[in-house]
Order: sequence, then structure tokens, then C-alpha cells
Amino acid sequence: MDQPDIAQAPTPAPASRNQRLLPPAQLLSRLSRAGILYPFIVLFIVLSVWSGPFFTKVNLLDILDQQASTLIIAAAGTLVVVAGGIDLSVGAVYALAGVTAAHLALFTSPTVAIVAGIAVGLGVGLVNGVIVTAFRINALIATLAMSFVVSGLASLVTGGNLVIDYARPGFADLARSSFLTVNTSTWTMLAVVVALAVVLGRTTAGRYIYASGSNAEAARLSGVRVQGIKTLTFVLSGGAAALGGVIDASRVLSAQASNGETTLTFTVLAGIVVGGTSILGGEGAMWRTVIGVLFIALIGNGFDLLGLNPLYEQIALGGILLLAVGADAWSRLRQN
Amino acid sequence: MPQPPDRKGTHVELMDVSKSFGGVRALDEVSLKITRGSIHALVGENGAGKSTLGKIISGALTPDRGQLLIEGEPVTFHSPREAITRGIVLIAQELSTVPALSVAENVFLGTEPQRAGFVARRALRRRYAELAATAGFELPGDRRGRALKTADQQKVEILRALSRNAELIVMDEPTAALSRPDVERLHQVIRRLASGGTTVVLVSHFLREVAELADEVTILRDGRLVRTAPAAQETVETMLSAMLGRSLGTAFPVRRPVTPQAKVLLEARQVDAPGVYDVSLEVREGEIVGLAGLVGSGRTELARALCQAQRITKGTVTTAGHQLAAASRGRGAARTGRSSTPRAALRKGLAMIPESRKEQGLLLGRPIGENVSLASLGRLSELGLVRRGKERQAVGNVLQQVGVRVPAQQAPVATLSGGNQQKALFARMLLAGPRVLVADEPTRGVDVGAKRAIYDLLTELAAEGLGVLFISSDTEEILGLAHRVLVMRGGRIVAELNGDAMTEGAILAAAFGAPELGGGTDGTSATSGRGA
Repeated sequence: MDQPDIAQAPTPAPASRNQRLLPPAQLLSRLSRAGILYPFIVLFIVLSVWSGPFFTKVNLLDILDQQASTLIIAAAGTLVVVAGGIDLSVGAVYALAGVTAAHLALFTSPTVAIVAGIAVGLGVGLVNGVIVTAFRINALIATLAMSFVVSGLASLVTGGNLVIDYARPGFADLARSSFLTVNTSTWTMLAVVVALAVVLGRTTAGRYIYASGSNAEAARLSGVRVQGIKTLTFVLSGGAAALGGVIDASRVLSAQASNGETTLTFTVLAGIVVGGTSILGGEGAMWRTVIGVLFIALIGNGFDLLGLNPLYEQIALGGILLLAVGADAWSRLRQN
Repeated sequence: MPQPPDRKGTHVELMDVSKSFGGVRALDEVSLKITRGSIHALVGENGAGKSTLGKIISGALTPDRGQLLIEGEPVTFHSPREAITRGIVLIAQELSTVPALSVAENVFLGTEPQRAGFVARRALRRRYAELAATAGFELPGDRRGRALKTADQQKVEILRALSRNAELIVMDEPTAALSRPDVERLHQVIRRLASGGTTVVLVSHFLREVAELADEVTILRDGRLVRTAPAAQETVETMLSAMLGRSLGTAFPVRRPVTPQAKVLLEARQVDAPGVYDVSLEVREGEIVGLAGLVGSGRTELARALCQAQRITKGTVTTAGHQLAAASRGRGAARTGRSSTPRAALRKGLAMIPESRKEQGLLLGRPIGENVSLASLGRLSELGLVRRGKERQAVGNVLQQVGVRVPAQQAPVATLSGGNQQKALFARMLLAGPRVLVADEPTRGVDVGAKRAIYDLLTELAAEGLGVLFISSDTEEILGLAHRVLVMRGGRIVAELNGDAMTEGAILAAAFGAPELGGGTDGTSATSGRGA
């Protein structure tokens, strides 16, 4: 047996691209593995050529800053999805953490308010994790139910009013101060995304996250504490949603219970899935989520800059989402 | 040959039928005739091809070569649906009753009498009553599917078959999940069907049942036909001995004897777990203990209970002196029950290669390297960060040890052949440094070369001092590898075979629950293992 016993050629490193012509099926499956990267680059170039204001430092930094909270939440959401779960409560946690921090900032120090807001999110994440693992309730339903509970709590905190912190400008430092001409919210986002990318890609915990999502029983038999790992991803997701909510409350110095909600939850999920992370778990990467979220942001930005009818933006987004999920289902079909 | 159209003519005939699954030949040029209105039994060991044959007759499988004839007319079925149109219905082992529907609705599922798109309920009731009366069943038509016992679910399946004008019903292990009185009742049903002119093909492990019930018996061995004979000419003993004597296709590596002072590495004492009753066993340093038995005899359940993948309800499991789990039933808190996890078992040196590679073993979409290092990451990391150089080297070494050459550890594990996937699972567990390895059907679905490599590996590991519990449905490989053989039946260890007592006859006799065959009876203990 001199020939290695391999049924099909392995994937080469992404750097060395097609040296020779591939059969169409293989080419397609390789394209679907690269996922949204090529469409993203194409869209980026098209917008740079067509729209003068697009490729400017101001516009690009503005996009990043606007997407800061979405990227933070989607980065942690990626861990949840790769581990085989889903978190539909992030929109509600975002709102609860925002109003909690904004409310506390009225009479305590901004630091205490921020820490308390994030702690609330971590707590909700822990509850999510326990419900899903210990009580074996489907993650979709468990986090959907929790999102109602959490939304209700947010309304209780505000009494239905807008919380306004204009009198406490110190609370704005979290999002609005800048370092090297870039907003702190963007720096925070970068730090969180890089940290979670390291967790997923380089640590034992990251390996266990992939293993739990890919084959939970195999992981358990290999000594992985699958329930602990899944709970950890929900805690991180709750914490990230809270951080996003606190940053955005700090940015506008106000918060209300109806912030975020379902739109944010589904934008986050769409970004993760469009990037090519499998909704069925076990496959995915942090760079995919970053590209996916930014791709959706670019579409919005492009529609604005080019003055297109925003109605088509939603239709385009829906179509892209279906394509992304379809590509994943198709590549799994081929794998089996 | 022209067939006379009388009731005792040939209903179904197979001519030189062969079927392979991924290079493994399940049926090899089998020819047989099934008489109309008879009860025709298909018997053989695990993997002898009896279920495959039943599936070919009923259209669930299409033969690679050979011809299927119905009433002398050649047919090719591509799906069970096509077979149903010719009056042939398979009742599989897994029953398919819809829990929310009533018995009558289940029976006529898909063929309900309708009026303008609505189910005509009165017609449904009437037709059900007629059908049940014809079959002689007393099963209320308005009972819900979820309230039915297995035996009654089987009646639903039979009625469903009859409602579709079935002339031939293939039943795959119909009595495997039934209690004694229900078995009797089902036998009456089958006899009544046959006397009414329906042909019944019975795939069964239970030789006594076959001897009692069948008109004709076809015995298969290793995918080949041994003989078809009237049941009146067969006894349990003649059928068993016909299943024996397979050609030795593979050479086995030389076993190193176990020294008498070898330490006990795995010990179970009177263990009860779901599907496992009162099992005691021990595995010593350097010893390969074969665990034989029919599919469903509790071997996998025992393996999972030992490795803490399934909670035990009674007894103790100890590995290399560390008690893993202990439980006592009904004693309250006086003797504290301790449950454990596969993680704890692995840490104490007890590793398992699970029965199903894809369901319980592999992370199919993940790279080979990640699959192999999964159980040893703690050792290959610092401060939670995986040391990737160290990992690559360790994985490379252990893959070499188990004999897998891969061009890149980054390739998805799904790109490996079945044999190499299995070896990758061995590599995963070996990297974790176990003292005892429980291997559940490690050679299933791999080609001959990979089988031999796995035999060599198991023998080498034992020679290095590992204890191995080797589960297999292949009697030949159990005999070729094991120092000692335990046989399970009905969740219990029913025989322990040593030295000269280790014969195919003795294993089969114990597995089938038959009286001993001639020879090899010395040293066979029909008690439940070596429990103290």
C-alpha cells in the first residue's frame, strides 16, 4: 500500500488555489466552502468603483462602528451555532442590558453600570445554557421563550419609558471616546472578535465546541463535557449580547426596552449563516461570521450610497440567506 | 419448467441471486423456491445473509446479479412499493405504527376510503371489521396506536399487509421483542395466514420457533445457500451444524499467552444496566476476551455500561483497582450509588471503540488530526491553548502505529476509507493511553486487508499489556483472536469458554440457546459468568 488510502483528494491550503482545472462538482464544492468570501470581494470592488464616497476612511470606519455590536454578538453566536445550538434571546438580552446599564448610570458610576449590564447578560446566558443542557429543552424553543421573559424584564426596568442619560456624559466614554482616530466601540469589537476567534480556533475549548456540534455522542464518549461546553457558549453569547447593548446605549446615551429585539437577533443569525457557518453545528469559523455580517452591512451601505430602493435590499438579503443555507445543505449531502 | 397453477405451486423463486455491500458479499449465488401457502424460514448466523434475502424478495433491495421470479415470471423490483403491487409485503423489525392514529386508521393508512377528500369513517370501520374477522384478530379498531403493545403493533402491520391484498408476507425477526404468550399468539396468527393461502417468509434467530412453525427451512452460511429442506427433516441440532464450518478466509496473528499472575485490569461484579442482567467478568493484562452473541443479545449494552456511557443500576465496575461506578437497587442511601461518565472511565484508563463509527465515533466534517487528538487534548495543550506542533507530532506517531498513512492531517476524516476511519478511532483511543480497550464490532464494514490490520493491532496491543474486550458477530474472528470467550444471550453471560472448549459449535449453541453440540462441551459453564 504505497498509495495513501484516500477516497478523494484532500482540500489544499486556501492559499494555493486551483493550479489545474477541476471537475465542476469539485469546483462547486470548493467554492461553497470558500462561501461568501468571493461575493464579498466582488461587492466591495463594485461599490468602490461605482460609488465615490464608499472607499473612504470615514465611510469604512463608519460601517465598522455601526456594526460593532452586531459583530460582537455574532462572534459569540458563532460559538453557540458551531456547538450545535442557537440563541434567539440575544435581541432581548441586548435590550435588557442596555436599559439596565442606562438606568444604573443615572445614579452610580458608569463602570458599575456597565459591569452590571454585562453581568445581567452572562446570567441570562447561564440560564439559557442550563435549560438547554440540564433540562434538555430544544435550544430554539428555550431561547425563544427566554427572549419573551427577558423582554418583559427590560420593560419592567424602564416602566415603558426611554431611559435618558444626557445628564451623565461619562457613560458615553465606553463607545464614544476614540483612540488613534478610531472609536473605542470599534476597538472593543476588534478585541472581542479576535479573542473569540482564538478561543474557537486555537484552544481546547474551541476543539470541544466543534466536537460537540459535529457529533455530541462521539464527543461524550471521547471524554468531552458536552453539556458544560454548550453552557459555556450560551454564557458567552449572553455576555456578548449584553456588551453590545451597553455599547449602543452608551453611544446614544439612552436606551429603551424595545431596542434590538427580533430584528437584531435575525441580523446576527443571518450574518453567521451567510458567512457559511453551518446552522446544523460542527462547521464554521470566526472569519466567516465577520465577512457574513459585513457583507450584509455592505449591501445596506451600497443601497444607501447608490440611492436604490431600500425595498429591494430586504429581498436581496432573503435570497442570499437561502443561497447560503442551500450551499451548506448541498455540501453535506455530498459528504454523506 | 411450467408451473401448475395449483395452491401448492412455486410462489417465488430466486435464481443465482448475489448482492454485495461495498465489496463485502452478503449473498453469493443463492437459489431457492418458496411454495405458495407455506411458512418458509430463513435461518443463519449474524451476517449469513438472511435479512438481505428477505429484503430482496420484498423489493427493499435490488440484487446485483441473478433473477427473481414470481409465479414463474421474471421481475425486477426497485422499491418495496413495486413489490406491494405484486402482493409482496415486508414487515420489518422496526415497526411503523403512527401513535396518534387509531388501529383502523393505521391499517388503512394511505388507502383510506374517501368521500370528497374526507375519510369516510363509517366505511373505514366496516372495512376494518371485515378484515379483522377474516384474519381472526380481536383488536379493537378504535384503539390509539400509542396504546398498543409490540405484539398488537405487529398485528396492525399484518392487517395492513392483508388490506393491500398481500399474498406473501416477509417477517424479519417478528418474535424478537415479544413476551412468551405473545409469541404463541403470533404463531397462531402466522399458521392461520398460511392455512388461508398466504405465503409467509420468516427470518428468525430462534431455531426452536423455526422447527415448530415452518414448513420449509432455508439455511444460509456466509452468504451462501447450505440447503433448503422440509422442516420436518430438520432439528435445532441439524440446523446449527449446517451453519457451522465456514471456510477460514483469513489468517490470524499469533496470540501471546496470558501469564497466570497477570493483573486484572477490568472487573465487573453483578452488573445490571438497561438490557444487561447480572453480568460479572474480568479482563486481565495482555488478555483479549472475546464477547460473542447474537445481535441484540446485550453485547453493546454491556460495553456501554462498562465504559460508563450508560448508567448501571446494580453492581460495580472497577478498572485497574479504581472503582468507576457502583450501584445497588432498592437499598436507599445505605450503600451510596455512584454513577460515572465516559470521561471518568477514560481518565482511569478504560477506552471504548463504539459500535457505530459514524453515529458514535467520528466527527465526520472535521479534519483527521482533530478527530485523533480529541480525547487527549488536555495533554497536548498549555493554558488551554492547543500546542499544534506537539499535536501534529503525536497524531502522526499514533497514526503510524495503527497503520494509517495520510497526506495531510487537515483532510476531513470523511475522505478516509472505512477501514482507515476505524483505525483513526483506534488511534484516538490509543493516544489517550488506556489500560483497557473495549472494541465493539471494530471490523464491521471494513475490507479484508483492513480487518487483518485490525487483528494485528489488537494482538500487538495485548502483547504490550493492554486488556482487550473484543465484541464481534463474526465467530471466526473471535476464535482467531481471543484468549477466552464469553457468550451473551438475553442480556446475560450464558457461557464462558476456555482453551479447547472454544469452538464455533459451542459459541453458536450458547448464543442460540440450544443444547450442546457434540464435542467441545468440556469446560463450558452454562452459568452466568465467573461471578464470585
